[in-house]
Amino acid sequence: MAEENTITLTITDREGETHEVEAPTDMNMNLMEVIRSYELAPEGTIGICGGMAMCASCQCYIETEDLPLPKMSEDEEDMLDQAFFVEDNSRLGCQIYMKDKLNGLKVTLAPESEVE
Amino acid sequence: MIKTDILIIGAGPVGLFTVFEAGLLKLKCHLIDALPIPGGQLAEIYPKKPIYDIPGFPSVLAGDLIKNLEKQISPFKPTYTLGDRAETIEKQEDGSFIVTTKSGVKHHAPVVAIAGGLGSFEPRKPPIPNLTNYEDKGVEYIIREPELYRDKKIIIAGGGDSALDWSIFLTNVAKEVTLVHRRTEFRGALDSVEKVQELVAAGKMKLLTNSEIKEIHGEDRVEAVSVKHKTDGNSKIEVDHFIPLFGLSPKLGPIGNWGLEIEKNAIVVDNATDYRTNIDGLFAIGDINTYPGKLKLILCGFHEATIMVQSAYKIINPDAKRLVLKYTTVSGVTGFDGVKKEQKKAVIKKI
Repeated sequence: MAEENTITLTITDREGETHEVEAPTDMNMNLMEVIRSYELAPEGTIGICGGMAMCASCQCYIETEDLPLPKMSEDEEDMLDQAFFVEDNSRLGCQIYMKDKLNGLKVTLAPESEVE
Repeated sequence: MIKTDILIIGAGPVGLFTVFEAGLLKLKCHLIDALPIPGGQLAEIYPKKPIYDIPGFPSVLAGDLIKNLEKQISPFKPTYTLGDRAETIEKQEDGSFIVTTKSGVKHHAPVVAIAGGLGSFEPRKPPIPNLTNYEDKGVEYIIREPELYRDKKIIIAGGGDSALDWSIFLTNVAKEVTLVHRRTEFRGALDSVEKVQELVAAGKMKLLTNSEIKEIHGEDRVEAVSVKHKTDGNSKIEVDHFIPLFGLSPKLGPIGNWGLEIEKNAIVVDNATDYRTNIDGLFAIGDINTYPGKLKLILCGFHEATIMVQSAYKIINPDAKRLVLKYTTVSGVTGFDGVKKEQKKAVIKKI
């Protein structure tokens, strides 16, 4: 761990580029907010609903299997149910809060869910 | 042609409150919104969720905030073009604007305020190749006219309330109804789910769960779709209409082509003055704008609207004397119907 109250995440963006970033665990931040603050996805394409599990624009695939992720709420399941490109390892970034025990988490952002 | 003083694009909380502040300056407003009801994302995304940061309201449901705003602005008789998207804007020689909607309704106003929030709500389109080529040729994202499906074979995709409700309704109209859902659970209201089960058991509806539509076939219009089952592989189903019902999501849409300065999917405005854009007479307020330090909060949008209408007044009344700020507590609120709301005068009795 880099320093106290900080964890390291590996995030693959929608262009396929991988970023290793540090995230604070003492600021009540979720994964969607971390991705936004590092601008790993353009504004307006992620976190559209503000983090209410109501738009799926922060959908990501969890690439690590052994980390204790929070259980999926009914809201999150419902939303993933309506989203596209959903896989068994899909989660909404806004529902995953940064905790020390998530150090080493690896995720890949799902494609933007709209055909232009 | 609809004529007004301030044309507001977006009938969310900020657009609605603009009507109030404009009304205090005796300016009339007309609102355009792509959704069929006022309220924007508060009505569409989270009507039942509480908001805790509206000053003076420890907690208010989003839907109630919209109802209250509609009540608050009713003395100023706002008019609406709903269920229609603002498509083009043309600046006239006198500096005024004509905004035309998707369905061709024209609106003329000296001032336009874009209070578009996240953008206009558009149907979510599933990622199927060539989907857009079949739009209005058998692919519809919104059911406008159920009679279109009379005696037709239709396939509906989706797992929410609208997919369930329309599937149920259309069994009485269409020749054949198939509902396709990616999972086995439905998140709709319990009685809708039960009704679907009944109809399936009675052979009036086909239900394909754990399935997704992957391909559309047809020369000029939809003739069949390929359905992929999670474990059982693909099957081809002959249909006349394919109706994907996956809810709505916001898009900046045509406003992005209006010649406005756009940064990170938001309209750049001057926050040192009055939230003006790079086009004279065109303002952007609320979540759709951006400036250094911008916070996407309803309360910030209310402030922006209040400042903006002062400048709108000067554009609309170029020869008027300087505006003097009137407090509603002192002057009351006089509606356009002449009805005045004010503090009741205390009755003083002499002894």
